[in-house]
Amino acid sequence: MSAAPDPAAPPGAAGVPPAAAGWRGVAAEPEPDEPRGRAFLLLDRSGRSRRLLGALLRPHRAAIALLVVLIVVSAAAGLAIPYLVKVGIDAGIPPLVAGHAPATLLAAVGGVLGAALLQGLTRQAFLRLSGRVGQDILLELRRRVFTHFQRLSPAFHERYTSGRVIARLTSDVEAISEMLGSGFDRVVTAVLTLAGTAAMLLVLDARLALVALLPLPVLVLLTLWYRRESAAAYRRTRETVALLIVHFVESMTGIRAVQAFRREERNQEIFERLNADYRDANRRSMHLSALYMPGTKLIGNVTVALVLLYGGWLALHGSVTVGVLAAFLLYLRQFYEPMQDLSQFYTSVQSAGAALEKLAGVLAERPAVAGPARAAALPSGRGPGGGVGREGVEFRSGDGPPVLHRIDLAIPAGQTVALVGPTGAGKTTLAKLIARFYDPVAGRVLLDGVDLRDLDEATLRRTVVMVTQENFLFSGTVADNIRFGRPDATMAEVVAAARAIGAHEFIAGLPDGYHTRVGKRGGRMSAGQRQLVAFARVFLADPAVLILDEATSSLDVPSERLVQRAMATVLAGRTALIIAHRLSTVEIAQRVLVVEDGRIVEDGPPDRLIAAAGRFAALRRAWLDSIA
Amino acid sequence: MRSVVESSSLWRLKSYLRPHLRALALIWVAATAGIAVGIVIPLVSREIIDGPVRHGDAGALLPLGLLALGLGAAEAFLIFLRRWTQVRPVLGLETALRDDLYRHLQRLPMSFHDEWQSGQLLSRATTDLSVIRRFFGFGLLFLVMNVIQLGTVIALLLHMHWPLGLLVLGTAVPIIVLSVRFERRYRKVSRQVQDEQGDLATLVEESALGIRTIKAFGRRQHVYAGYDEAARRLHGTIMRKVRLSARFFTLVEVIPNVTLALVLLLGALAVGSGGLTVGTLVAFTTLVLQLGWPVSSLGYILALGQEAMTAADRVLEVLDTRPAITGGPIVLERPRGHVRFEGAGFRFPGAGRPVLHDVWLEVRPGETVAVVGATGSGKTTLTALVPRLRDVTAGRVTIDGHDVRDLTLASLRSVVATAFEEPTLFSMSVRENLMLGNPRATERELREALEIAQATFVYDLPWGLDTRIGEQGMSLSGGQRQRLALARAVLARPRVLVLDDTLSALDVETEALVEAALKEVLSDVTGIVVAHRASTVLLADKVALLSGGTVTHVGRHQELLARVPEYRALLAQDADLDPEGALR
Ligand SMILES: Nc1ncnc2c1ncn2[C@@H]1O[C@H](COP(=O)(O)OP(=O)(O)OP(=O)(O)O)[C@@H](O)[C@H]1O
Ligand SMILES: Nc1ncnc2c1ncn2[C@@H]1O[C@H](COP(=O)(O)OP(=O)(O)OP(=O)(O)O)[C@@H](O)[C@H]1O
Ligand SMILES: [Mg+2]
Ligand SMILES: [Mg+2]
Repeated sequence: MSAAPDPAAPPGAAGVPPAAAGWRGVAAEPEPDEPRGRAFLLLDRSGRSRRLLGALLRPHRAAIALLVVLIVVSAAAGLAIPYLVKVGIDAGIPPLVAGHAPATLLAAVGGVLGAALLQGLTRQAFLRLSGRVGQDILLELRRRVFTHFQRLSPAFHERYTSGRVIARLTSDVEAISEMLGSGFDRVVTAVLTLAGTAAMLLVLDARLALVALLPLPVLVLLTLWYRRESAAAYRRTRETVALLIVHFVESMTGIRAVQAFRREERNQEIFERLNADYRDANRRSMHLSALYMPGTKLIGNVTVALVLLYGGWLALHGSVTVGVLAAFLLYLRQFYEPMQDLSQFYTSVQSAGAALEKLAGVLAERPAVAGPARAAALPSGRGPGGGVGREGVEFRSGDGPPVLHRIDLAIPAGQTVALVGPTGAGKTTLAKLIARFYDPVAGRVLLDGVDLRDLDEATLRRTVVMVTQENFLFSGTVADNIRFGRPDATMAEVVAAARAIGAHEFIAGLPDGYHTRVGKRGGRMSAGQRQLVAFARVFLADPAVLILDEATSSLDVPSERLVQRAMATVLAGRTALIIAHRLSTVEIAQRVLVVEDGRIVEDGPPDRLIAAAGRFAALRRAWLDSIA
Repeated sequence: MRSVVESSSLWRLKSYLRPHLRALALIWVAATAGIAVGIVIPLVSREIIDGPVRHGDAGALLPLGLLALGLGAAEAFLIFLRRWTQVRPVLGLETALRDDLYRHLQRLPMSFHDEWQSGQLLSRATTDLSVIRRFFGFGLLFLVMNVIQLGTVIALLLHMHWPLGLLVLGTAVPIIVLSVRFERRYRKVSRQVQDEQGDLATLVEESALGIRTIKAFGRRQHVYAGYDEAARRLHGTIMRKVRLSARFFTLVEVIPNVTLALVLLLGALAVGSGGLTVGTLVAFTTLVLQLGWPVSSLGYILALGQEAMTAADRVLEVLDTRPAITGGPIVLERPRGHVRFEGAGFRFPGAGRPVLHDVWLEVRPGETVAVVGATGSGKTTLTALVPRLRDVTAGRVTIDGHDVRDLTLASLRSVVATAFEEPTLFSMSVRENLMLGNPRATERELREALEIAQATFVYDLPWGLDTRIGEQGMSLSGGQRQRLALARAVLARPRVLVLDDTLSALDVETEALVEAALKEVLSDVTGIVVAHRASTVLLADKVALLSGGTVTHVGRHQELLARVPEYRALLAQDADLDPEGALR
């Protein structure tokens, strides 16, 4: 058994480095979910989430009005039943005893049945309609938030992490769905009952009513207190669950490294701490409602007792009749009873509110790479196009040191350019600026003379496609993944693309050929196979400007050769930017740029650079040595 | 039958409540007492009105009034007591279950994680557990309370007038029949909802992890369409659940009212024929009216119970999966790192033919072997067999003569460290990422490892080693990530170091520096180096050619180059090039 105590294992907590609490590390931006100034947030964020709520509810105004009508009818039918029973007994029995026909009784029984039927029908209609409205709202919310996440830049996602995205779109949405399913009907009935009985109380006896309503301010104070505390508590719940999910998702995604490096103990420790934080947050909110709900009950009960004493005293002195007092007490009970329903509902509103606030926060994130106010068109009729220009481009992330220093560069349409340079030099960053993953901090990037920032996304993405260094496969079949480059491609086109880059052989050899499922994140493919699929994908997309960032680094030499041969045909007449450390890949380039420390240090046709005996010549010599 | 089996899932979770038995007892006492007080309070009011007020007995008013006050306060206190006390057991159950689930998931092998989407796992660890929490939190309590209340009322009714009482009891039959039918269908649909929620979470995860690819191709619409379809499917399923429960809840509410009409009719007729007094009929109908609420809330609680059951099923599905890879009893005290593949073979579950078969390969202590093979030939799979990320399906792998399956996992995995072809980094500090395999590394060791991997750039990050790197290390360049992963493997100070094509993202100059440093490291540890390039192969003392799923040749690089055409095709093509023509 592996569970047996194991002397070789690091002894749990003893192995924890001193900076244990700092395992998460320091980041340039504050943790998106770490609580910041509380009072400030209360003011700021609730406005945002209220607006979101309004926007979500607005399309359903008519349905909500109908829901209220349904509830009222259903409640009225429900109330009619005891009344009809009373009529049946009071007015229906005497004729029976007297030996007459049971007409009144039958009418009453019929009435009860009718009311029950009406109540049933309206109730069912209510449940269905409210379910529909609730689910429609959730669907809309899911759509909005998902779309918005997709709009936000990769830089945002690096910081936010997929776990938090998942937390927002699952756990938070579910918190809202809980509120939507938590007895909206009882709230409406409760409010109506409250209003009705308050009026009745006043009509019955104003003095007693005053005493009865006296504790209301206390109730209001209690509610205000609860609101403030629980808003903070529920917010904390949302934050802690997000951190929990982040850790969970990340350790499942990296499970291979976790197991290989025996990280389980430490992970478990971190997870249990996060889980305990989440539990504590939950405990706080549950404790709060454990105070609030009985609190309202206490106020109600005390009021009833006070009215009883005061009313009894008044009755003793003859200023109220016993009947009035009895009736008053009955109504008073009805007044304070629905408070429980209300406070219960209020609890779930608070919980949903915290979730809504988080979602509103996401929706308020402005994409760092925003679409243009007015989209410009690419000049047409100039052949394939795809000339790229950069004017004084600078890039840095956050307020760190610049990654790229003022770069001026023009790539004429149709040119194949190789970017080489040491690792970490800024090649990928340069490429990503052209693909508009980021916007430059200073300067601009032009495509056929148009600033990228003025192009709408669809045009840009149709024109410029980049194969990133870390290629990602989606779970689905091999064909699905290749087709990602062009979703409307036929099977024949998919196969042709794979054939062209030499991936057909291996795909055909898979158990189900092109219909083999690649597993999550392409896990059923080998690293090289994943790169081939990603390559076929961009081949199929067929863009005017093609950026290849280390697209063949994991391939064996023969496969790399095949891809290179394919590239020679693909790249003809296309603007291309090829980043590669294996200089064999750049041999088809007409021009070479050497990047070092965020600067272009050499630029020119390969022959000339070799003759010049500069950086490129040195790199190339090292490469030739390495393959000799 | 199914019901019994499946509800046992929920029942099996009871052990998580065991540490809280005292609290649970207190909750039940408080709940029962609360209900009792709730019943007594109106009686006291009536007593005041019928007693002191009606008879002008001013002296008795105050004590009775104070009694009402006290009882009112007591009721509130009992509610408080119940709610406050239940927090700990309920959250304790949820938290402990989640801890255990996570622990178990970490023990389950790669083959499990290949199959299970993390969205599905996550929805079990969050959504399902909170459903279970809610059921234990109040569903169960109210279920029992309701049943008690129903039982009491019906007993009273039977006592009052047994024929009418039987009639009321009879209506339980349609309710039970309905419930059983509902239960069956509801369980199916609620399971489906939970599964679809997991699928949706999976899609969300993919859309976030694949954001760069999605952006690079401008496929936002395409990905959205997929998500939208799944979201609408979930919407549809939930609506089916809503309609099903709407019908059931309504019927359950209507039945007591129909019963009431019958009671009224038959009761009135009985009064007419003198078999019943009006007073009894009034009391009887009042009691029947009181049945409405418990019966209808029973419907809701049953639904919640069903959901909790399917949630428990889903959680136990994972917890019941036995880890296919567990350690043996042996701990290597002084490992030498002598690795042997003895006829090792491996077949992925469900695959037709094995990826590897009859692999014989010996790597002596301190020796380094390069594994060379075409893309997809099984190199990564081969290296995964040593630390038992995957288990051989034939033959065996030994370290120092012991079958790796006889070693404890901790011992085995501290002997072997791997730098994977894809650097798996986490959104934590650089330090934490590095110390994954060696939590007790000193600063000096850290620096040494970083120097070997040419990764000292991390000291220049804004907060040095404490800088958090983005998810999957995405705030670093490709080569930086790879060097960090390499440093991590080196830092683990293993006897057997596995490098799976870990220099692919480095430029030639850096690669040469790393190789020179690695040569030092590899001189006294056993090395298994997966290589696509001749330069990497030169790190090794000998080369194993992997072809057709097995090791076909073992020998020195030059030897194989001269002797084996396949090997030459794989590695020497660079050399075959006309060096000057290579760039034109
Ligand atoms: N998202 C980011 N946030 C902050 N810094 C970044 C980010 N991406 C890259 N960098 C930094 O910018 C520098 C250049 O990175 P880049 O990815 O452009 O290098 P590269 O030339 O592509 O290197 P490689 O050959 O290793 O892929 C590196 O120092 C890297 O740490
Ligand atoms: N989880 C899996 N399930 C099924 N088949 C798999 C799985 N992982 C890999 N394979 C298949 O097993 C074969 C060997 O994969 P492996 O990753 O070992 O190749 P490799 O030699 O490392 O290739 P590369 O050089 O591209 O990294 C491949 O054909 C791959 O498709
Ligand atoms: Mg790069
Ligand atoms: Mg591999």
